[in-house]
Amino acid sequence: MARAVSTRRMAVATAAAWIIALIIFFPILYTIITSLKTETEAIKGFNLIPSFTLESYVTVQTQSGYLKPFMNSVVIAVGSTILALFVAIPAAWSMAFSPTRRTKDILMWMLSTKMMPAVAVLVPIYLIFRDFGLLDTRIGLTVMLTLINLPIVVWMLYTYFREIPGEILEAARMDGASLFDEIVHVLTPMAVPGIASTLLLNIILAWNESFWTIRLTTTNAAPLTAFIASFSSPQGLFWAKLSAASTLAIAPILIMGWFSQKQLVRGLTFGAVK
Amino acid sequence: MATENTRGLARLMLAPSVGLLLIWMIVPLAMTLWFSFQNYNLLNPANVSWTGLFNYKFFYTDPAFFQSIWNTLLIVGGVLLITVIGGIGIALLLDQPMWGQGIVRIMIISPFFVMPPVAALVWKNMIMHPGYGVLADINRALGFQPIDWFAQFPLLSIIIIVAWQWLPFATLILLTALQSLDGEQKEAAEMDGAGFVSRFVYLTLPHLSRAITVVILIQTIFLLGVYAEILVTTNGGPGYASTNLAFLIYRTALLGYDVGGASAGGIIAVILANIIAIFLMRAVGKNLDK
Repeated sequence: MARAVSTRRMAVATAAAWIIALIIFFPILYTIITSLKTETEAIKGFNLIPSFTLESYVTVQTQSGYLKPFMNSVVIAVGSTILALFVAIPAAWSMAFSPTRRTKDILMWMLSTKMMPAVAVLVPIYLIFRDFGLLDTRIGLTVMLTLINLPIVVWMLYTYFREIPGEILEAARMDGASLFDEIVHVLTPMAVPGIASTLLLNIILAWNESFWTIRLTTTNAAPLTAFIASFSSPQGLFWAKLSAASTLAIAPILIMGWFSQKQLVRGLTFGAVK
Repeated sequence: MATENTRGLARLMLAPSVGLLLIWMIVPLAMTLWFSFQNYNLLNPANVSWTGLFNYKFFYTDPAFFQSIWNTLLIVGGVLLITVIGGIGIALLLDQPMWGQGIVRIMIISPFFVMPPVAALVWKNMIMHPGYGVLADINRALGFQPIDWFAQFPLLSIIIIVAWQWLPFATLILLTALQSLDGEQKEAAEMDGAGFVSRFVYLTLPHLSRAITVVILIQTIFLLGVYAEILVTTNGGPGYASTNLAFLIYRTALLGYDVGGASAGGIIAVILANIIAIFLMRAVGKNLDK
């Protein structure tokens, strides 16, 4: 009896969860389906079975040059993440292993810099970029995204490093390990998982950043966010092409995201929820 | 444990991060503050002069100003309401045993990884479009007139799109918190005859309070600056119906070339964000100390 009830309960939960999940996932699913339709099919009304043509994908590359913004996205997202890690690893390391009375304040202050509305500094940043010739350059955007995500990177690394027991370091020191040995042979192997998660999450955030990437670029350095946003101006009916470009833009990050669910929670809540 | 030597080194290692963020925080903000007192138009850059509080008065008396602040608060409040309540509901559901939970989770988390311009354009063209959108198809199938979402309910449409993007985030965090709830406590409450509602109110909700606080804090940071979703859908219109403060400043700065006016708006945005931040940081600080 009890078993029968629990099976029924499970069936109800399963049905409810699948319905909600399909509704939430529907816009993405429908985008993928539409990307496999022809343009006439795409506007013919609701239809879940496409003709599986790849012509829109070809058009996106031949007509709009998809590859260039894609490469810009890769360079900017990966570059800014690595740059941020270089700056943040020493900082997080020192705060996790030599905390002072001010460590907590510094961390909170770093978090508070994320509170500054980007748009409030749009004018000065725009003018600085213009005067230094950084507008529409990959370097400018990479530096920009490094600064924006630095607080999150420091925080994430800090919460990971803090879980490495300090006794291990002390033991290594007693055994006569130098600071260099300590970092390379003891700390790094233990820190790699945390650093990898931070890297993954930060690439996702940088890839999807949609204020500075749109405002500070025009054509040369425009990443996928700006490329897709340019589709908003009417160019006639282009549902299938838009869907193909969208699918290509989100696919890599979607797949990365699926693998980083756990790290995502931890990273974006600054270690407050694990 | 720390000797003088390592303490000095620790400070040295901290310096680049702190220095960079300090520059990042102070230099542009100081420039914005300075520009906000200047009569400075990019179309006429030779003619820059001190105007005192004129820009603030100009921004303040702009009828779009209060509407944009109200819209900003509506977006933040509306999205938080939908995502927190929806997130708790879905998290409770996902916490039940079921078949295919892994796939369900993947589907529900997915919208979070969709970049804002894609999310907005997909919703605008394929879901909410009055002619070719799926919602219009459904309406027609049921014998109703299709709704022109972005003309009739521009702000609501944007709230729906942004809520769709953030619902997965709230769900995932609340689910993680839910799963750390002690199973024995739940069983004990069940054995004592506590019904679903009282278990939820007295056991689950208090347990989730920290996660809810975190969700509200993080989302607020991002929701105050909603931009791309507006840019690619309504462009702030019709009129100023879907213009938030961020979008109004962008309009003043890069479409009106008015550096002074946009800077005054920027300073107002900073003040607004700080008022909200003070409340949030206090709440979060309290909750995080536990």
